[in-house]
Amino acid sequence: MAVTVEVPTVLRGLTEGQREVEGRGADLAAVIADIDVRHCGFSQRITDQAGLRKFVNVYLNDEDVRFLDGLRTSVADGDVVTILPAVAGG
Amino acid sequence: MRFGSLLRSVGNTPLVGLPHLSPTPDVRLWAKLEDRNPTGSVKDRPALAMIEQAESRGDLEPGDTILEPTSGNTGISLAMAAKLKGYHLVAVMPENTSRERTELLTMWGAQIIYSSPVGGSNEAVRLAKELAAQRPHWVMLYQYGNYANSRSHYEGTGPELLADLPEITHFVAGLGTTGTLMGAGRYLKEHKPGVRIVAAEPRYGELVYGLRNLDEGFVPELYDPDVLDSRVSVGPGDAIRRTRELLEGEGIFAGISTGAILHAALIVARRAIRAGESADIAFIVCDGGWKYLSTGAYTGTVEAAAEALEGQVWA
Repeated sequence: MAVTVEVPTVLRGLTEGQREVEGRGADLAAVIADIDVRHCGFSQRITDQAGLRKFVNVYLNDEDVRFLDGLRTSVADGDVVTILPAVAGG
Repeated sequence: MRFGSLLRSVGNTPLVGLPHLSPTPDVRLWAKLEDRNPTGSVKDRPALAMIEQAESRGDLEPGDTILEPTSGNTGISLAMAAKLKGYHLVAVMPENTSRERTELLTMWGAQIIYSSPVGGSNEAVRLAKELAAQRPHWVMLYQYGNYANSRSHYEGTGPELLADLPEITHFVAGLGTTGTLMGAGRYLKEHKPGVRIVAAEPRYGELVYGLRNLDEGFVPELYDPDVLDSRVSVGPGDAIRRTRELLEGEGIFAGISTGAILHAALIVARRAIRAGESADIAFIVCDGGWKYLSTGAYTGTVEAAAEALEGQVWA
């Protein structure tokens, strides 16, 4: 399964400045691990032992994965994963 | 309807059906017109509630200065209430918001301290906390962690929705301070088992997310993910497209964040149709479109209008 991962500005130091990288795997955890092979440190910036880091939001096709199956959310070919820092409004 | 003063007229807003945008006779959309509040936004509810809570606790006396980080609407509501009640307001607002927000704040007598455009509202929150530490006599109401914010929706928006739409199956609102969703969402979950609470979160341009470490993100203290069933990120293109559809199809002239919420509501509607379920989906119209005319959101192509919002805190 090849998915497109949109990389936030703060993580582009790990992706040679690329805004998007491709990852492969059956679920989100596998995709992140796959990207980490080529862009070392990627996984650690997004996840910790407990799962997704508190101030990181990850969306699969615009839906927050915390309300799907978190890192175990299945992905399919052509899906788009977006990673963003948590921000406020109001 | 008769009220003793403008402040007492906050809330009890109309809920209107959307016969043209509702996708089928069994999957219906309902818009709660929060633009009918005194300053034209849903924020009149939490702003008034926070001020009156502070008054009842003895934290605010006439002549005092209120400090608040805001991307605009809460500031405008606080400015109006502060003016009527005899307080000063200092609003800390990101520089990259619409021109009208500055004009309205100034008109109601607020002083504005701009925070850096890099980092959006997170930066306004950080700067306001810094100012509060330097000036302990200023009263920061702090909408992101003040339970009077969500309580105004638990006691107002939620019960109003259930009274007007007892058959409600979904509630969709914007996620900023999280106050609307936490308050109304919690009320609905307690009183209408099975109701689904859906958040529409604006997705801004890169500038707004800042260049800091991911660990310096911000989640409002009010936020409790257990209240939500789903959270959808909506970019400016979809938000503008839906804002225009709401105007075209139903005649409702709303702000851009409402377009983002309608987008999420239509996703919910599509899923209900696919599942063969009927649905009554209520969503919040946060404010009217007046404050966003200068952004170009209502004219030209959607692409150009979305482009113009790049780098802006548009919700």
